Amino acid sequence: MTEQTSQTPTKPPGLWKRISRSRPTKPGQTYGVPGQGNTLWLSVCSILFFIFVWWLVTFMGWVKPLFVPSPMAIVSKFISVWNNGYTGTSFLDHVVISTVRVFGAFLLACVIGIPLGLAMGMSPIMRGIFDPPIEFYRPIPPLAYLPLMIIWFGIGETSKVLLIFLSVFAPVVLGARSGVKSAAIEQIHAAYSFGATRWQVMRYVIMPSAMPEILTAMRIGVGFGWTTLVAAEMVASTKGLGYMVLSASQFLQTPVVIMGIFVIAAIAFAFDLLMRFVERRLVPWKGRM
Amino acid sequence: MGLNIEDVSVVYPAADGRPPVEALSRINLTIEDNEFVVALGASGCGKSTLLNLIAGFLSPSFGSLTLDGARVSGPGADRAVVFQKHALLPWLNVLDNVAFGLQIQGVAEAERKKVANKFLSMLGLDGFQDAPVYSLSGGMQQRVGIARALTCDPRVLLMDEPLGALDALTREKAQELILNIWNDTHKSVFFITHSVEEALFMGTKLVVMSPRPGRITHVFDLPFSRQFLDGMPARQVKASPKFIELREEVLKIIFADEEAAA
Repeated sequence: MTEQTSQTPTKPPGLWKRISRSRPTKPGQTYGVPGQGNTLWLSVCSILFFIFVWWLVTFMGWVKPLFVPSPMAIVSKFISVWNNGYTGTSFLDHVVISTVRVFGAFLLACVIGIPLGLAMGMSPIMRGIFDPPIEFYRPIPPLAYLPLMIIWFGIGETSKVLLIFLSVFAPVVLGARSGVKSAAIEQIHAAYSFGATRWQVMRYVIMPSAMPEILTAMRIGVGFGWTTLVAAEMVASTKGLGYMVLSASQFLQTPVVIMGIFVIAAIAFAFDLLMRFVERRLVPWKGRM
Repeated sequence: MGLNIEDVSVVYPAADGRPPVEALSRINLTIEDNEFVVALGASGCGKSTLLNLIAGFLSPSFGSLTLDGARVSGPGADRAVVFQKHALLPWLNVLDNVAFGLQIQGVAEAERKKVANKFLSMLGLDGFQDAPVYSLSGGMQQRVGIARALTCDPRVLLMDEPLGALDALTREKAQELILNIWNDTHKSVFFITHSVEEALFMGTKLVVMSPRPGRITHVFDLPFSRQFLDGMPARQVKASPKFIELREEVLKIIFADEEAAA
């Protein structure tokens, strides 16, 4: 007993030690996987918290409605635009025209960009020819070359769709191009040792194994498309969500601006959910071999 | 006829200021029909280079390779390869993976599924036809790889450490399986391994290789796989005095190479 008391008492670990040490895993989880765990409830709480703060700020009158309208004002604005349209065009027309512009440009970019990217990955000749122009225009903001698009292609649909197309095109090409590298050399050799032609290796090995990267590139690309929408609808538009947001901001109709932002976000998010579903169906093997 | 390798050397050209590397130096080797040749050696001895040469993934710098008198100038369906790993196609199920070679050769779907099913049961994979390959254990994936290589009825089967990634128990089972299949199909086999015991047990001919430059230093004729196929239990074969004596002799050669390198 005396020996025990003579020992120096062990100090409880400090706060930082307790936070930073690793904990035992829950059943069914692998120890040490970075960032594992379900985030659904935290995400819901996070959204509710932001809406609450937003409501609180406007309800207490800390910020003028001109700068931040209340959540209820947005909802009622949405209902009135839904019923009466905006600047003489019905709400659904605004949504449809913008969606057609973005997805039209997106489909065009995929139809041209995926084969081109695969070709650039496969052939040094194609890579040599197309790498410089794509790398040249890729980092330039669409707003910078918007005037050129208008001078060259007029103020009609062509210049709008083309602007969005260009912003989607680069990431899709790059994704397809780097996807070519996903096939293991053993898989390629296996096909060749069965007597496959170059085309068969492309069709049966390289293209399927590039699918995960192509799908990711498509998700990134459509995001760029929505980003560019507002720029595309800046000049000589009378319809579209980007036009709605821009013209509302000129008339200080902040509720319409915020509402438009939410609508764009909702459409983009819905499409992303669809893409994730497609990904799960098409490439369930992603990252598993 | 079989496969004939005559005076083959592979030299990688000088790069980054380093001198040229002779990966293989004056290799002479014949793989007769129905022969099981095992290549063994310290790392860097050029075993894999030799296999890639036979497969046609590499071209020799000097010398010639012929299969049944015809010059080997690239990969072809007469030489099937079983890789150590990463060679199955995860977007295809087990059956379609095994039928992949026949699909490449334009065999009709019904026919290629029939053949694939035959080899799946030969390798004990019945009932896994529809399973995704990534859900299988390492040993089963390797058996899928072997079944896939057999479907196209190749003249030579090239196996690049096919059992290297398996645990000891699965590995011994797989060794016996491969020997039985070899006995049933009468293929010529070129088999690479790191394990001396595996090499002695499986081969009819053992080729010991040494590094810098990669070359064949010893060739042994082996009786052990025949003994196993004639009905002697595998453990008994591996415990026989002759087996142990030869194992020690080969180990001595390989350790000497490793020490010379260190």
